[in-house]
Amino acid sequence: MESLEEKPIIYTMENKPIVTCAGDQALFTALYSSLAQQLPREPMEWRRSYGRAPKMIHLEANFVQFKEELLPKEGNKALLTFPFLHIYWTDCCDTETYKASVKEDMLRWQSTLRHHGSADWLIVVVESDGKKKNKTNILPRTSIMDKIRNDFCNKQSDRCVSLSDPLKESSRSQESWNSFLTKLRTLLLMSFTKNLGRFEDDMRTLREKRTEPGWSFCDYFMVQEELAFVFEMLQQFEDALVQYDELDALFTQYVLNFGAGDGANWLSSFCQPVKSWSGLVLRRPIDMEKRELIQRGEASLLDLRSYLFSRQCTLLIFLNRPWEVTQRALELLHNCVQELRLLEVSVVQGALDCWVFLSCLEVLHRIEGCCERAQLETNSSHTVGLWTYATEKLKCLGYLCGLVSENGPNSEDLNRTVDLLAGLGTERPETANSLQSPYKKLKEALSSVETFEKHYLELSHAAMEMYSAIGRLRSARLVGKSLAEFYMRKGDPQSAENFLQDSLKSYVAEGWSLPVTHTRKQIAECQKRLQKTEDYLQTSALLASDANLTDEERKHFCQEILTFANQTTGSQGRNVGLSMTAFAQLRELQFLPPAALVHVGATLQLELRLWSLMPVPVRLEHLAASVHFNLEQPGSRGTAAAQRRPGQGQGTAEGTVQFSTISPSGAAPLGAPPPALELYEIQDRSPSDNSLNSAGVVCKNVHLLLRRHDSAASLDTPNASTSAIAMEDGAQMLKTNDVTLLPGNNSILFTAPTQKPGTYTLRQLCATVGRVQFVLPHIYPIVQYDVYSQEPQLSIEPLTDNLLAGLPQKVKFTIVTGHYTVKKGDALQLSNTDSMPILHTSSCSARILSSTGELVGESALSIQSSEKVTSISLPLTPPYHTLEFQLDVLCHIPSALGRAENERLTNGEVRHRTKSRSRGNSKMASIDQKVSIDCPWSIYSTLISLTFYIPFKAKHSLLSAGKRKYIQVCLHNVSDTNFRLASQTLTERQQTPSLQLHALNAKTHQLVYSKQWVFCLWEVRWITEPPPCLQCVFSASFAPVDSPDSALKPYSYDFQVERISTLYSLKAEIRPAAGEQHCRTGALCGLEVSITRLTEPSDAEREDEEFTENEGLRTTRLMYEVVDNNSNWAVCGKSSGVVSMPVAAMATHKVQMEIMPLFAGNLPFPSIKVFKYLPHSATPAIQPDTDSCLENDNLSLLDKGLEDQADTASLRSRGSVHSLGSNEQQQQQQRGLPMPRLEPFSPGQVFNCSQGRQVLVLPGTDDHILEVNVT
Amino acid sequence: MAVCIAVIAKENYPLYIRSVPSQSELKFHYTVHTSLDVVEEKISAVGKAMADQRELYLGLLYPTEDYKVYGYVTNSKVKFVIVVDSSNTSLRDNEIRSMFRKLHNSFTDVMCNPFYNPGDPIQSKAFDSMVSGMMVQAC
Repeated sequence: MESLEEKPIIYTMENKPIVTCAGDQALFTALYSSLAQQLPREPMEWRRSYGRAPKMIHLEANFVQFKEELLPKEGNKALLTFPFLHIYWTDCCDTETYKASVKEDMLRWQSTLRHHGSADWLIVVVESDGKKKNKTNILPRTSIMDKIRNDFCNKQSDRCVSLSDPLKESSRSQESWNSFLTKLRTLLLMSFTKNLGRFEDDMRTLREKRTEPGWSFCDYFMVQEELAFVFEMLQQFEDALVQYDELDALFTQYVLNFGAGDGANWLSSFCQPVKSWSGLVLRRPIDMEKRELIQRGEASLLDLRSYLFSRQCTLLIFLNRPWEVTQRALELLHNCVQELRLLEVSVVQGALDCWVFLSCLEVLHRIEGCCERAQLETNSSHTVGLWTYATEKLKCLGYLCGLVSENGPNSEDLNRTVDLLAGLGTERPETANSLQSPYKKLKEALSSVETFEKHYLELSHAAMEMYSAIGRLRSARLVGKSLAEFYMRKGDPQSAENFLQDSLKSYVAEGWSLPVTHTRKQIAECQKRLQKTEDYLQTSALLASDANLTDEERKHFCQEILTFANQTTGSQGRNVGLSMTAFAQLRELQFLPPAALVHVGATLQLELRLWSLMPVPVRLEHLAASVHFNLEQPGSRGTAAAQRRPGQGQGTAEGTVQFSTISPSGAAPLGAPPPALELYEIQDRSPSDNSLNSAGVVCKNVHLLLRRHDSAASLDTPNASTSAIAMEDGAQMLKTNDVTLLPGNNSILFTAPTQKPGTYTLRQLCATVGRVQFVLPHIYPIVQYDVYSQEPQLSIEPLTDNLLAGLPQKVKFTIVTGHYTVKKGDALQLSNTDSMPILHTSSCSARILSSTGELVGESALSIQSSEKVTSISLPLTPPYHTLEFQLDVLCHIPSALGRAENERLTNGEVRHRTKSRSRGNSKMASIDQKVSIDCPWSIYSTLISLTFYIPFKAKHSLLSAGKRKYIQVCLHNVSDTNFRLASQTLTERQQTPSLQLHALNAKTHQLVYSKQWVFCLWEVRWITEPPPCLQCVFSASFAPVDSPDSALKPYSYDFQVERISTLYSLKAEIRPAAGEQHCRTGALCGLEVSITRLTEPSDAEREDEEFTENEGLRTTRLMYEVVDNNSNWAVCGKSSGVVSMPVAAMATHKVQMEIMPLFAGNLPFPSIKVFKYLPHSATPAIQPDTDSCLENDNLSLLDKGLEDQADTASLRSRGSVHSLGSNEQQQQQQRGLPMPRLEPFSPGQVFNCSQGRQVLVLPGTDDHILEVNVT
Repeated sequence: MAVCIAVIAKENYPLYIRSVPSQSELKFHYTVHTSLDVVEEKISAVGKAMADQRELYLGLLYPTEDYKVYGYVTNSKVKFVIVVDSSNTSLRDNEIRSMFRKLHNSFTDVMCNPFYNPGDPIQSKAFDSMVSGMMVQAC
């Protein structure tokens, strides 16, 4: 046994549980091969203690010859060498032999086993028919079995099995094999369970003792590892791994506890200084050297960790979990570094780096060895960490050993390198012959500057490629940056720059200001070395404005720019253009005047607010803004300019444009909220008549708002592209010289050029400091101002809402001079018209206003009037000013509008037109008066139309009282002004001596309020005979209420009255029925109408009237009609009729008819009408125009269609009381006859005496109906 | 406790980043920025695998020799990153989780502030003091 323990065992996969074989060796040898082959064929379920899940395992065994030495001694915990089952083989079949030798041998075997406390045994009796045949005195086979069972297995009969004819191919033999194998497996598992359980219990007990002083982790480690080995042997890798993980955790916990001050004694052995750093060894399943160190308690922390990890790695690879290996490896390496720090283990500087580097590579090699290339590539996310770590460590080593410098390592560095290499030891035999190994790599890398660079670059690029491949761009950039640092150390800024720029891009794109600043500083350094002056200055500008830097640093970079700027321009002395964004920000721009719209030559000032980002005041030689000039489009002046107001988009005060501030370092442009909508109104007007075609809103910064937000692209957002900055050579410039920009806000005033009309757009801003120009290539939002040129204009406007005709009215003359200068002697020439004289007063003065509305001066106007022309000489006025003055004008009221129409064209230009315009409720007649003015700036006359309103409306009416006649004039004030009316008179146009107009008006002065009426009355008296026609003129004076008498203006109204004298007098009388005192409702009453001719017809009237000579008596025919429109009366019988009246004075005709009152009360008389009744031959008739008649008329017309056109003129019954039947009868009867016609009398020709009379009607005696009116 | 705490906007720019003053702030900026790679990887992996599962804690993003970087992402894709010193071994996963929860709660408070404009750097004093409480008290 001693020899076994001493002999180093290389435990490999070939390890199997040991099963010893005693008894007939020859027999066993014959059976061995089939046994070893058949045992693992079928899995067995292994039920396990402590609630662990049962497992199916394929059992294998290593069958060895039984020796007593194989049995473990008391206290030996080795499990691997532990025989789990002892089998005794025999093919004895006769009792004699059994009794003679076999039994004895078996007894010895049993006692040995029992002595060692092993109860796992099996006796196999092999039976074969061949043997039986040879020996005749054999017992039946069962008897041998029974004997053995009796002798040995007193309680466990299952420990003895028979195997019959094992070498024969028969079903019986197969069956016997199967049962034997099953038995064997069961017993093996039983033994495992029992022995492993016991072992675990022991182990646990040992672990519980860990607080005791003498406890050693290394001892315990060996014990638990034994278990792991067994599990590994049983191919239970998972369980084996658990054992190592437990050991790992236990150790970790101890280290942590040590850190917490609770140190265990045994740990001190791990705290010894690290002497060897040869890295992990993963090529061997078990690193026996390390294991022995552990066993001896001489292992260092790195040894223990390395060994532990190599075991875990092996098991993980068996489990096909290579990616866990890489992950655990990284954790392990980090952890080891930490633990060494925690335990305060002294390590040679750089030793750990070597160890980590070697280990990383070793793990990677191991993984590469067990994985396919494609698999490796797809899983590079697992390996890239190790690559990076190795790269980092190599870089550290390089710095440490002076390999990363322009000069190479010095002697101290070399000494250090030698020390480090010494700690590596010699290369391990298994890799000694391969071309590449971590060991060789490290040694090579540390040997010279060139090889170091080669290896370092290789590793870096590999890591970067992997990162890029798996999309970890940020990590790749970080590696790149570290590479750039390396290049910079090596004095190769050219190679460094690209990496730095790439990194910078990604930091800028994602808005990480600190890394941006740091990287930019590195770039500045790089560019300075590369002598990329322009780029360097640009970067310096960015750094000088970087708030993350200290003032010192910022001043340094600012000074760099200034120093360059002040260099006297040498041979290659060209100016350098830089982006302004880093130098200063345009914050605000303000126009003065705010409208940003001025006329040609006016002053327009522009105030620029620049926020200087420099840490020190900077003196600018020039600050210039280039201006793009757009020639004014003819026709679009004025209105177009007013719509395009700058600064609308930013919603600021008028004339102020604010610019969004972008952080100069480019930080957080991604996260910044999207720019605000810039909406503008657009109006599309037709070019011909300026009418609106369409209106809308347009967003001017769509390109910014709808920009695609692509995260991939955003990482490549270009930095302020310095190359694109070029100063435009604008013809126009806003320029100021010698400006000093203080840090922070600066205000700079420009005077804008306004020589030509048009639109000026600010394009660029350029600040010049010596040789350096800071250019803002685009000014956004667009800043524009407009310069316009204007034609002179004259306008005349009423001062009040309406101009009233007939009264002097003030009008305002406004002259907008535009580009015209009013010179001395310039005058307005107004053509005079009769209908509208210009009233000039002596004190008339003109006001001159500037374009902004300020009063500039005031001067008197001189007005000269000749017969045809009124000349107003204008005061001197500069261009783009406004000249205002007021004049009184008077528009005469045409006395009779009808006659005035198209008649009064005085000088061919002026004409009146009456219009009916609706103004409020009342309608005011208006007169359009055109004024023709010759202006000094134009050869054409200007025509200006003024509308005057006539303040009054007049009406007249003829009133009669018997034979007496009156004329009433009604004057309606339709204006809004209250007027005073004076000296109303009515006169004849042609004086008739026999006629007299007698005024009945009480007052001569009267007030007419707005919208009120005034009535005037005159009696017409005549001596002989009234004239057939009377032409009158009503005239009055009027003035506004509060004005003096002198202001009274005349008003006249012409009218004509005809047929003045009264021809007939009508009288009606209602009498109650006979015997009654009063009329009663429902009772017939008598109505007597008497028509009396009052005068002989006059000559004039004779023409109108139709006379008939009948028996010497001249008669005329009249038609009377009784109508009661109020339905108070029912007319019984004929309500109308035709009478012949003698044409003689006082001839009377009486008509009797019966009417019936329908209501009680004082009823008005029914109205009686009289018409002239003319035969059909007479001249075309006037349609009877009673309203009710018209309605009937239409009805009948519809009825009869177009049968007879004459019908329309037929005599029709009118009045509602008539039955329709009679109406129709009449019509029927009259059809085909020549139709007479009716003609009404003029008002005043018939006088109705009983007009307005009423008669009392009593209610009927028996009223069936009681009518109640409730109102 | 943490040595650096960062809040990163959906668009990956920092809303808030604070580290212990004793160590280089710049280094943490680089570390946190680089960790976004892993955050994005994890988010996209989560998005594919379990869209409905709302595990906001992303766990250990990556360890370095000196630090452990943990990640957390809110539903609105705002990321929290906590960097812990590797030597600080007493911190368990649960404690990191609770730190993130606290951070999230405080962040929610910040977002609830009507005067806070989402996307702006966080300047809330309450948030700051909460973060200070989670950081190592450097003396």
